[in-house]
Amino acid sequence: MGWLEKTYNRIKKVKKKIDVPDGLWTKCANCSEIVYNKTLDENLRVCPKCNYHFYIGACYRIDITLDKDSFFQYNSTFNSSNPLNFPEYEEKLKKAEKSTNLDEAALIGEGKIGGREVAITVTDFGFMGGSMGLVVGERIATVVDKALEKHLPLIIISGSGGGARMQEGVLSLMQMAKVSASLAEFKTKGGLYISVLTHPTMGGAMASFASRGDIIIAEPGALLGFAGPRVIKQTIKQQIPKGFQRSESLLKHGMIDLVVDRNNIRSTLIKILDFLKK
Amino acid sequence: MDQRNRYTLDFEKPLIELENKIQELMGLTEKEGIDVKEEIKHLEMRLKNLEQKIFLNLTPWQRVQLARHPARPKTLTLIDLIFDEWLELHGDRLFSDDQAIVTGLGKMNEHRVVWMGHQKGESIKENLSRNFGMAHPEGYRKAKRLMNLAEKCSLPVVSFIDTPGAYPGIEAEQRGQAEAIAANLEKMSQLKVPIIVIIIGEGGSGGALGIGVGDKLLMLENAVYSVISPEGCAAILWDDQNKIEEAASALKLTANDLLKLDIIDGIIPEPQGGAQRDVGKTANNIKKAILRELEALRTMPVEELILRRKIGYRQMGKTRGEENG
Ligand SMILES: [Zn+2]
Repeated sequence: MGWLEKTYNRIKKVKKKIDVPDGLWTKCANCSEIVYNKTLDENLRVCPKCNYHFYIGACYRIDITLDKDSFFQYNSTFNSSNPLNFPEYEEKLKKAEKSTNLDEAALIGEGKIGGREVAITVTDFGFMGGSMGLVVGERIATVVDKALEKHLPLIIISGSGGGARMQEGVLSLMQMAKVSASLAEFKTKGGLYISVLTHPTMGGAMASFASRGDIIIAEPGALLGFAGPRVIKQTIKQQIPKGFQRSESLLKHGMIDLVVDRNNIRSTLIKILDFLKK
Repeated sequence: MDQRNRYTLDFEKPLIELENKIQELMGLTEKEGIDVKEEIKHLEMRLKNLEQKIFLNLTPWQRVQLARHPARPKTLTLIDLIFDEWLELHGDRLFSDDQAIVTGLGKMNEHRVVWMGHQKGESIKENLSRNFGMAHPEGYRKAKRLMNLAEKCSLPVVSFIDTPGAYPGIEAEQRGQAEAIAANLEKMSQLKVPIIVIIIGEGGSGGALGIGVGDKLLMLENAVYSVISPEGCAAILWDDQNKIEEAASALKLTANDLLKLDIIDGIIPEPQGGAQRDVGKTANNIKKAILRELEALRTMPVEELILRRKIGYRQMGKTRGEENG
């Protein structure tokens, strides 16, 4: 079996897992509406009543974003390890691997969208909060460098709770510098970078690659920012205003270009790529 | 002035007790003519031994405390001692002049540089205006303005890191804290002049990195650099504030640890007991280190400088990952 097929089987397997949860119905985490799972899936896991965007994994995200069967995953030269011998880290990695069926928090590769080739990364909040350690940093830098080398537009779809992987200490912080170095070179040399922000994208992810797209699109209601709301609340000892750090608020403050429903993200990307093609 | 009397760390208390006892005995000799010279000599020996024992075996958590010591020399104090001549420049031209990050021009020997750094306060009042060295986006944007100036005038940049972190507040978020830091990371990675980064106290995560990407990364001996505070780490991982010391050790945040991990390029020695014990000597050590690095970097062609910078960050930690390609 080829490596591409292997990837595909895995994606299908994961998708199946998502598509058929235990019951037939899911309760919306936002409006408490009981939604028929089939309806939810047809709507790309968005609540038909309140437009709440459910979490989806990286493989499913690739599937709904790229043209059918066009994804080619880049081989990873690098595995997760425990560089600081941090307590309980290996166990957490294993648990994350098992629950997500991924080998790390970022999936990288290239594919087609509306027939146009792109380099793409998706970070998965389900894998240790989508945090960026050595492996994730290396993968994102790799995909950026690949986009530069092959003159491809770059799409990064982020879902990262805290950004940095605490268990890798300063090494994880250095990934921000590493990714930014590749990104800066790519952009300086004329590369087009579209950043897609999903719930949540915070901390080191936002303070390196996620906030620096030539164009930035966010799913509705996503929590986006640098410091987490809990930390801010502790610091200022005040209530946080409603809607603070949400996609719509960032749009209002000029930090992002568009808030786009999950169902329209693919078509919006196709439109932008067409407008900006060289 | 002996700053130790103003603020004593827990682990310094036995030292202070001994010092006080010696003072007391000396007073006795002077006032009452009682001869306790032998006793004093004995205590002084004990003090010296105890100092060695404590300061040569500092735990990571003790270093964190030294790095946060209120009397530890701050950026502007060091700037004044390091440079023969200097001028502070203000404002980001977009919103305001953040007091938590200072920037300017300086001259030492024949070298002219652009300098920048986090600025903590020397008093409670100053700390409030400096926001304890926690910058808003405008601080990072002011620094970026100075980076552009450095590039335009072909001057190297020297950056002093000393912050608990970027400020977590509502306005900071609304004005794009993350974007301000991210933009600097990109700027510094491509900057066409040498950048020397020195962590002089606390290197607090993204807020430190926001002016902390460079060609050479140096740390003062008792400075710390971490992705999260030991307190934050203990809270998140173990929900237990009794595990702060354990977290400080696990995070590998000391200069020694980071040198071993190949993250920093060198350690600048401090006087025994910490930089606050002899600020002049500390400044002098920093100056020597800056001059050495400036000499080494000044002749490097720009393309090579930028490429090496990129490769430097790319290689970090790789020997520790499992290569399977
Ligand atoms: Zn709903």
